Amino acid sequence: MENENTVIRVRDLVKKFGQFVADDHLSFDVYKGEIFGFLGANGAGKTTAIRMLCGLLEPTSGELTVAGLDGFKQREAIKRRIGYMSQKFSLYEDLTVNENIRLFAGIYGIPTHIRKEKTEELLEKLELGSARKKLVRDLPLGWKQKLAFSLAIIHDPSIVFLDEPSGGVDPVTRRRFWDLIYEAAHEGITVFVTTHYMDEAEYCHRVAIMSAGKIVALDTPKALKKEWDATSMDGVFLKLARSNE
Amino acid sequence: MKILRYLLQKEFIQILRNKSMWPIIFLMPIIQMVILVNAATLELKKSDVYVVDQDMSDASRQLVDKLKGNPFFQITSITDNDHLADQQLLNGKAGVVLDIPENFEKHLKRNNQASLQLRVDAINGLAAELTWSYMNSVIVDYNNQIRASWMGVSKFDPPQKIEVSQRYWYNPSLIYSFFMAPGVLVILVTLVGMFLAAVNLVREKEIGTMEQLNVTPIKKYQFIAAKMIPFLAIALLDLSFGLLIAKMVFNMPFEGSLLVLYGFTTVFLLGVLGLGLLISVVSETQQQVFFVSYFFLLVFILMSGLFTPVESMPTWAQWLDHLNPMYYMMKVIRNVVLKGSGFFDLKYEFLSMLGYGVAMFSLAVMRYRKTA
Repeated sequence: MENENTVIRVRDLVKKFGQFVADDHLSFDVYKGEIFGFLGANGAGKTTAIRMLCGLLEPTSGELTVAGLDGFKQREAIKRRIGYMSQKFSLYEDLTVNENIRLFAGIYGIPTHIRKEKTEELLEKLELGSARKKLVRDLPLGWKQKLAFSLAIIHDPSIVFLDEPSGGVDPVTRRRFWDLIYEAAHEGITVFVTTHYMDEAEYCHRVAIMSAGKIVALDTPKALKKEWDATSMDGVFLKLARSNE
Repeated sequence: MKILRYLLQKEFIQILRNKSMWPIIFLMPIIQMVILVNAATLELKKSDVYVVDQDMSDASRQLVDKLKGNPFFQITSITDNDHLADQQLLNGKAGVVLDIPENFEKHLKRNNQASLQLRVDAINGLAAELTWSYMNSVIVDYNNQIRASWMGVSKFDPPQKIEVSQRYWYNPSLIYSFFMAPGVLVILVTLVGMFLAAVNLVREKEIGTMEQLNVTPIKKYQFIAAKMIPFLAIALLDLSFGLLIAKMVFNMPFEGSLLVLYGFTTVFLLGVLGLGLLISVVSETQQQVFFVSYFFLLVFILMSGLFTPVESMPTWAQWLDHLNPMYYMMKVIRNVVLKGSGFFDLKYEFLSMLGYGVAMFSLAVMRYRKTA
């Protein structure tokens, strides 16, 4: 399956915490421009996996290539080419929208004039122009989320990792958030997303379903629904869970 | 280097925006300087003396009069009841009991010698020794006086006597606050710098922003430097503020150069802030940071020579003190402020503190892991 479009290559990736195996021999490929979903219940090993891919966690063993770079030896170089948004969407709450943008653009070495252009573009797209001088703390959750995502891709990374990005918001806000994700994917940014919301799984091009540290299924939502004879990803997930008991 | 600029900008905005920082920055120096410098004194003033005079003679009264004129002592009562004296000592109402036995004057005149008894409450050994030696000097003085008056001073054969006249250098009037104020300043800058920096860093871990920074290509030394520089600036600001208070409230002299003092303090802060940040990068919560920093701070302060001279510590402790940055700084600040020492007088301290600072900064950078 591997080809020149492969942006993430994972082979037999293992992460142990003491005796506990959080991720057990994961193997998969993610292709350029794809929205790849990692689906599973809490504690299935999704967050551990995404943290290894981002270089936040050291894998115990296996092979890992991200954006053409070695996940063991070139971790800092990988960080220039990826973006990351965690479930806490870690913006600085005591900084304004503008100040957050300036900080993260600055950290990625974006020159001032380009940053200013990008800031205007971004604020317009998110309809946040009037809130630019507001503290992030005072923004509604949905806005924080969109801002965090936009900052995660401000340096035009080849891959963006989203760890349960839409926790705590209603389905309508979630839908709007996914519009942003589609837009990014359309511009060629590969999206790797973990979630336990089944409606989100439907939005992905391909999903891997995790259970107890292992990948138990990997295909397009359409193919999975067909294989498990279900009308929704929810149905797939329930049938899969039962068959694994 | 540009990244560092953006990080510093962020830190300063956050600090200036945080209203709870202002009392720490401005109230703490005032409270520490005014209260600590005044209250923490080892000077012996007004020790309570209980006199048991069982002689009630001219000689005994002369001795008591001598005590009355001494600023270090305050006579609480004069009785002939020895039993009460014990109780006064026991319940802490007297610091020292002077027993003048019966026939004190008679023995003095007949045998040319007489005995007195001093009982000193020695719970605080240092104060007891001071009391004893002041008391002793009063008695020696008295002794000389009666000898001169009874024997008569012959012009041709004056009693042989060596007189020592005292002159105290660098703090001629022995004003205790001049000794304490510089020391308290060292504690102040350490407390402010070390705690604020350490807590600030671990807070980023607690709220999760640290993780966001860890997925960026930010360099480890840039991150640590960005956490150090703002608090170094705040600590130096507090040093200025504290010096101003010392000048205005205590009229503390300043013999040396401000440039030397600020230079040394900066190098000193590099070490203690580095240690604070090192504690922070290996900790997960603010409680952990507080507990460990407090432990180090307490040891540093008690071994710094703030209250008790380092020279009177056991040799092994003095040797160990070379790992204590406050030991150097305490010496430096007192010498610069009171003696006017310059850079070359203190180059050993400078190099030691510089080494300490470089080591702590490097350790903090090394122990900071972007990958768990």
